[in-house]
Amino acid sequence: MRRGFGVLAAIVLSFAATSPAAAADPLMVNGAGATFPYPLYSKWFFEYSNANPGVKFNYQSIGSGGGIKQITAGTVDFGATDAPMTEEEMKALKGPILHIPTAIGAVVLVYNLDKVEGGLKLTPDVLAGIYLGKITRWNDPKIAELNKNITMPNADIVVAHRSDGSGTTDIFTNYLAAVSIEWRAKVGRGKSVKWPVGLGGKGNEGVSGVVKQTPGAIGYVELAYARQNKMKIASLRNREGNYVVPTLEATSAAAAGVAKSMPDDFRVSLVDAPGGDAWPISGLTWLLVYKEQKDAAKGKALVQFLKWALLDGQKMEAALDYAALPKPVAEKVDKALRQITSGGKSLY
Amino acid sequence: MATRTGSNPKDLAFEKASAVFAFAVLALTVLLFAVLLRESMPALRKFGVRFLVSGTWDPVADQYGALPFIYGTLLSSFLAILIAVPLSVGAAIFINEFAPQWLKKPVSFLAELLAAIPSVIYGLWGIFVLVPILRDYLMKPVAKYLGWIPLFKGPVYGPSVLAAGWLLSIMIVPFILSVSREVMATVPQRQKEAVLSLGGTRWEMIRIVIGQHCIPGIFGATVLGLGRALGETMAVTMVIGNRPEVFLSLFQQGYSMAAVIANEFAEAGGLQLSSLILIGLLLFLVTLVVNLAAKWILTKMVARASRGI
Repeated sequence: MRRGFGVLAAIVLSFAATSPAAAADPLMVNGAGATFPYPLYSKWFFEYSNANPGVKFNYQSIGSGGGIKQITAGTVDFGATDAPMTEEEMKALKGPILHIPTAIGAVVLVYNLDKVEGGLKLTPDVLAGIYLGKITRWNDPKIAELNKNITMPNADIVVAHRSDGSGTTDIFTNYLAAVSIEWRAKVGRGKSVKWPVGLGGKGNEGVSGVVKQTPGAIGYVELAYARQNKMKIASLRNREGNYVVPTLEATSAAAAGVAKSMPDDFRVSLVDAPGGDAWPISGLTWLLVYKEQKDAAKGKALVQFLKWALLDGQKMEAALDYAALPKPVAEKVDKALRQITSGGKSLY
Repeated sequence: MATRTGSNPKDLAFEKASAVFAFAVLALTVLLFAVLLRESMPALRKFGVRFLVSGTWDPVADQYGALPFIYGTLLSSFLAILIAVPLSVGAAIFINEFAPQWLKKPVSFLAELLAAIPSVIYGLWGIFVLVPILRDYLMKPVAKYLGWIPLFKGPVYGPSVLAAGWLLSIMIVPFILSVSREVMATVPQRQKEAVLSLGGTRWEMIRIVIGQHCIPGIFGATVLGLGRALGETMAVTMVIGNRPEVFLSLFQQGYSMAAVIANEFAEAGGLQLSSLILIGLLLFLVTLVVNLAAKWILTKMVARASRGI
């Protein structure tokens, strides 16, 4: 028994010892976090490792909250999140952290109305009214007034929302809180909230399942998900008064709208952003990287990867239905990478 | 003990090893309980007994209560039993007593195959097939004519406590069915023949034999199914509507304990996380209580049944 344990320990130790020592093995950079950008990151990691065989990435898409927990505990080399870390969360960190925007996501409204081919228009007021349970019929005068060219059916509005905690819900409720005083007071924003009305579906697929199967339903999902499933998408009036159809360009426009006022830590909300073409329910997704890297080799690899992601990586976004960062934002982020150091030396 | 195993060291080693395994199972349960308790302490301290009776679940305001989840879990599981037991017992009687030989194997095989389907598949099937059927052909007509009964009130959306109960019933049928069949098969052939030879009809034979012999076994099978229904997560989440409120109507959306854990655990922190773990602890206790109660009733039943013969 004792001897068996000794052998086992020896095997374990030998594994532990070989990985940093053998230079021929690729460097393994571990990350965890948001599920929303996962398809994009997988593509990036694959392409980057092909071009740079010395580096491999391992990314676990366990959710933004999980990513923050892991980077706080220091069990991964980088985290990823759809909602910026709160001050409270940042206090628990081992050191100062950088929020590095990588892509922009849009949350869009999908609906199921048999007789309506498309082109449904909504205003912030009406949307908040629907999700607050104050507007309950599709032929409510407030909706009919916006859609004079459509005959709105005399049917119940079935509200669908995410039942799981998610960055998508955070962006959506953040938007409603920004445009509706009543929403801010009664519900607030968060990854999960106490919904005044509606059905909960788990994940984008759960919400779109409810919407597809329930006549009269409206729900919110990520833009990529709505497009890939060919769902009917509503347009929404933005703060400049224009009705905007959510597209990748309209999403990027939201980031361009806040580019000038972009804070140095990039923890900015894009909801209800200025700009004539801006889609108002947009949000950044970030990678979380400690400013001071313990392992210089890994830190260097990570910084090189991020430089690549902000330049070449951005070109891959549209094909996967992600909105790329506007150029001025990408350049500002690239500059911020210079702050990442190891032993006081910049890794840029 | 040493005398029984004698001086053979191999026997002794085997005995000790198996004892270790037995205790490991016990230790695992105790540890599970301890960890759940420790992690749920913050919520337990903050809310106390209020957690059990409060219907508020508001992550933004950091206020949590478990009542809607306990209610939804018990109601949907109870519904499932209500639908599944007659179905499975009926099917078991048919397969064992009436079905022609060539039909027995395929029917029971297919029924047991139901148990092998992953629950997420049930959930998807629930969303896309079962819920629309229930909504259009059962819930809408019932709500139209019997809507004045509180049980069938309210707008009909589809996803609901009823849909969850129905889906669960399909998931637990194979368990109840196969155990019921086993139990019915243990009835001595001679007793059945005795009833028939006394001039009893087939129906009387089944009634008497099942009444005498099989009720405890069928009850045990039901508890097995109930256990599965209480803990079922994925399929329930997908069709129950995920609305943390207590409604009387079966057509309203509800929530279950397992579902809220699955939904919110990944992104939860602080008090919300602790509250979710407390729900996990409660689910653990609910399952334990249900099983202990069932064991107790079963013992009584077996005692009565054996006295009766």
